[in-house]
Amino acid sequence: MPNQIPYLTLAGLEPLVVRPDTNFVNVGERTNVTGSRKFLRLIEQNDFETALEIARDQVEGGAQILDVNMDEGMIDGVAVMKRFLNLIQSEPDIARIPIMIDSSKWEIIEAGLQVVQGKCVVNSISLKEGEEAFIHQAKKVKRYGAAVIVMAFDEKGQADTLNRRIEICKRSYEILVNQVGFPPQDIIFDPNIFPVATGMDEHKTNALDFFQATKWIRENLPYAHVSGGVSNVSFSFRGNNTVREAMHAAFLYHGIQHGMTMGIVNPTMLEVYDQIPSDLLEHVEDVLLNRRDDATERLLDFAESVKGDTKTKTKNDLSWRELPLQERITYALVKGIDQFVEIDIEEARLAAEAPIKVIEGHLMNGMNVVGDLFGSGKMFLPQVVKSARVMKKAVAYLLPYIEAAQSGKPEAAGKILMATVKGDVHDIGKNIVSVVLGCNNYEIIDLGVMVPPERIIETALKESVDAIGLSGLITPSLDEMVYLVKELNKTGQDIPVLIGGATTSRAHTAVKIAPQYDHTVVHVNDASRAVTVVGNLLQPQTNKKYKAEIKEDYDDFRERFQQRSDHKTYVPLTTARQQRALVDFQKAPPVKPNKLGVFQLEQDLKSLTEFIDWTPFFRSWDLHGKYPDILSDDVVGEEATKLFEDAQLMLRQIIDGKLLKAKAVFGLFKANSNAQDDIEITHDNQQFVFRTLRQQLQKSKGKPYRALSDYIAPSEMGIQDYMGCFCVCAGFGTAELAKEFEARNDDYSSIMVKALADRLAEAFAEYLHKQVRINYWGYQPNESLSNEELIKESYRGIRPAPGYPACPDHLEKETIWDLLQVKNRIGVTLTESMAMWPAASVSGYYFAHPEAKYFGLGKITEDQVQDYALRKGITKEKAIQWLQPNINN
Amino acid sequence: MSKLKALLAERILVLDGAMGTMLQAYAFEEEDFRGNRFDNHSVPLVGNNDLLSITQPDAIYEVHVKYLEAGADIIETNTFSSTSIAMADYALEDCVKELNITAAKIARKAADEYTAKNPDKPRFVAGSIGPTNKTASMSPDVNDPGFRAITFNELKDAYREQTLALIEGGVDILLVETIFDTLNAKAALFAIDEIKEELQLDIPIMVSGTITDASGRTLSGQTVEAFLISISHINLLSVGFNCALGADQLKPYVQRLGLHTHEFVSAHPNAGLPNAFGAYDQTPEEMCALIAPYFSEQLINIIGGCCGTTPRHISLLVEAAAKHQPRSILKNA
Repeated sequence: MPNQIPYLTLAGLEPLVVRPDTNFVNVGERTNVTGSRKFLRLIEQNDFETALEIARDQVEGGAQILDVNMDEGMIDGVAVMKRFLNLIQSEPDIARIPIMIDSSKWEIIEAGLQVVQGKCVVNSISLKEGEEAFIHQAKKVKRYGAAVIVMAFDEKGQADTLNRRIEICKRSYEILVNQVGFPPQDIIFDPNIFPVATGMDEHKTNALDFFQATKWIRENLPYAHVSGGVSNVSFSFRGNNTVREAMHAAFLYHGIQHGMTMGIVNPTMLEVYDQIPSDLLEHVEDVLLNRRDDATERLLDFAESVKGDTKTKTKNDLSWRELPLQERITYALVKGIDQFVEIDIEEARLAAEAPIKVIEGHLMNGMNVVGDLFGSGKMFLPQVVKSARVMKKAVAYLLPYIEAAQSGKPEAAGKILMATVKGDVHDIGKNIVSVVLGCNNYEIIDLGVMVPPERIIETALKESVDAIGLSGLITPSLDEMVYLVKELNKTGQDIPVLIGGATTSRAHTAVKIAPQYDHTVVHVNDASRAVTVVGNLLQPQTNKKYKAEIKEDYDDFRERFQQRSDHKTYVPLTTARQQRALVDFQKAPPVKPNKLGVFQLEQDLKSLTEFIDWTPFFRSWDLHGKYPDILSDDVVGEEATKLFEDAQLMLRQIIDGKLLKAKAVFGLFKANSNAQDDIEITHDNQQFVFRTLRQQLQKSKGKPYRALSDYIAPSEMGIQDYMGCFCVCAGFGTAELAKEFEARNDDYSSIMVKALADRLAEAFAEYLHKQVRINYWGYQPNESLSNEELIKESYRGIRPAPGYPACPDHLEKETIWDLLQVKNRIGVTLTESMAMWPAASVSGYYFAHPEAKYFGLGKITEDQVQDYALRKGITKEKAIQWLQPNINN
Repeated sequence: MSKLKALLAERILVLDGAMGTMLQAYAFEEEDFRGNRFDNHSVPLVGNNDLLSITQPDAIYEVHVKYLEAGADIIETNTFSSTSIAMADYALEDCVKELNITAAKIARKAADEYTAKNPDKPRFVAGSIGPTNKTASMSPDVNDPGFRAITFNELKDAYREQTLALIEGGVDILLVETIFDTLNAKAALFAIDEIKEELQLDIPIMVSGTITDASGRTLSGQTVEAFLISISHINLLSVGFNCALGADQLKPYVQRLGLHTHEFVSAHPNAGLPNAFGAYDQTPEEMCALIAPYFSEQLINIIGGCCGTTPRHISLLVEAAAKHQPRSILKNA
């Protein structure tokens, strides 16, 4: 029945009607680049697929409206808003709910309104720029058919008192209703939620003013609604989630009592009002409602105790031990506590008809909870890996009984072979995927690293695996994957292949790997997606369709990719060489190193810890954000902090127990460049030559085509120049240590030790580079830079590494190895794919010229490949094989 | 506007039936479509029914007369595809203004003649505004869901051109019909609303969507209620559904629409679903039997026919409509 009272009605694919009995409409806030670092990163990286998953999570998590905000200086807000909303329109389970188009820029709002068929909410407009702009925008909003959030903001500024809020809202309302003819039920006021307990007297009534303004609006401005961004209120308590969550819950409770109908809330940052401890609630409400003069001081004091409390509480609170058996097992799995697992499993075993039933029952029930929490973003990767540790311990405990009872192995959801391909030694990502799949009841056959293709295929056939996961980090692994898939195709078996690892990409998988295989190949870029992909591949009813979709998707991608690559133009190598970077060797003449020759050292690990860049460490665990901010991140902060504490603990053990060794070899040499982009080194009266590669992608006029040789003075200039190269390794002992952990079913610690070794190796490279600048070479003897500045590389000179963007050719590592005698001196070896072993190693060059800077080579064309082969004295085929990812074709 | 509203409060008004179905009888060929005017046009024009307003105006006039004779209160101009977007297929973007003005004038002349014959039964002309052949909120490329073949502004500009010409040609009503993508309709309504403001003109707007499958959603995925909410920001004379499903299957959606709107409700269904040869088998009697519950349950204010309907269908509807009360928007409100 239509009604006499006009309700606020919105629509996605389905309607949303805000009736008087609608308690509260919550707006999903994570698809907001200003509020979610993760979302921003995804948008910046053009990873719209994962960005859509965030939107989907919001909808599944109960958001009734989806707020989308693309206000970030570095991105094209209009284009990105359109693209994201367009993509949402093709996802019916997301497009179901109405969109809130959130921007402070009118052109972004209008772009959004032009691509959504449903009735949206515009967030926001205000009188900030005067009546004329306000009326103009309101009229447009009405014509586009959207509701609108009006901020309590006018020409004089943002309303910060009760009277100002009332004054601005009243004026806005009257203009909208009387002059624009805006339907009053489509007006939603945001009377500004400001932080409380800031210690400033004028902020004391911030929450109370909001409540009273809300009440006034609801009583005096017929049909209008009230909304607000709730998390602002607890701004002073960042880092103390217990207090923040309680504040949000209490604020909402009172807001709703006063007539607030809508709010932007992070559901994971919300305590249930009834479950706030009464003493905390009292302190919080004293502040919100400004009930006492000393409310702020009291809450701050109390917050300290709550903060301390929760920590000691979680460590010592054993009340969960009183729960029934299944709940205890689930709790232990979810929290990753292995302390009592054997006691609980023993109890379960005694009660079960067969030991196998404990796995199929208690443990799988618990792991299902873990799987659900992970899938819905409520648990993070490090936690899941800890859960797996508990699971493995439980299974290990049960195994002897299962074998004795001969009741057979538990039924797995599928059998997956995992391997890092031949020539490659990197396995952190592969191990994480194995663990996560293992948690989801897949049987994992992990063949480890440097696995030859014959062995992968043979094992796959012998074990009748359901899927093969291939991993690789260095570029030659890409070719290995292509080769393996080609061979696998010859067997005629239909085994889906999953491709993952830092160097792999959807593009490479679609363009190079998929065409070699008659069956399914799919690129999986993170551990959490692996579960869904494998689930879909093995789902008997629907996998045909899924596989067909992937194939079609890749076919299409390949087609478009090939079309696209045609658009770029490249200049001939000769042209590029003529326009090389002209480095000024007169103004900054080469500095002669204090000592020339090759040096070797073994380094105390402790001295390296201060050089660690922690951000990539978190990334290897799928936790994204910059260190140290990540420790207080709204979403992953808690997990990041735990992970960091565990890392510190293990780091101390490694250092105190001298469990790992770090060694380095490096050299500083006389060098000059020649006209063929080579750098000629003289050492011990022997000649060594580094072949560098030159950019060829056409640039705008006057921009140079760079090669690393540009940073070394040409011999015809008659100036003696110098360069260095190095190899550091912090990985001696890693493999043994990791194995030990694995034997104890402790994958978490095994992955941790590898991740830490990688960080120590990078720290070692940073440390050594500094020593070289200050002492050995000494071109920067007075340098004093903080670790942060080091990470930002604000010093003079660079240390590019073969296999990375400036010099993607891995083959040049052989020259470094010859020149420095790396293998003999410190024992780091090269695999056939030029991966360094032990894996936690870094090698590269030193360039000292102040104009030397990092660049990406990009693609090169056939003339340079030919030229390179000639210079290096290898066949063109071999050159193609090694330069493949950088050849334009 | 007030005249129409007053009439609608009194009785059920009847919209005419299919234009295309009637034109099939003339069996026009390429040279007929071209007439003298488009002798040398670069692309084939056969099948461009809207062009016949210029090249075969007598035929168009005749069809209008047949429907008026059958008793239709509102006749639709022959302009369903007369936008620069749809006409691009025939390289006739430049003729859009002329197509609309000419078509509107033909319908205007026929309607005025019948109003003059019987002033107690005034006849109205609705300018037909179709959805175009492009869709603003769906991708034509399944592999690139973010792609769009047309933008809101392009649609808005095309609709603006068509609407201005229809108004110039003298239509009484603007009928935005066969909406399969609500965003296209919103672009049309945006253009119309702008024009109404600029010309200070209170021309009534009818909106009619189409439900393309039995799940009860538009092609762009909206439920009946969501569709209604998404077009309700503009003051409308009526909302309704047309085309696609036959009268029997369309009924629950027309009913749901009525439950949620203050506006008049319209329906102009097809004569059933097309058979394997693309023809419509539902006889006028069959169709009227299926529409009977629309009348008896008082679901409707405007009834008519879409694809496959003929003057005979319409005259039976006129007869039945006269015997029933219209849906009361007062009662429901």
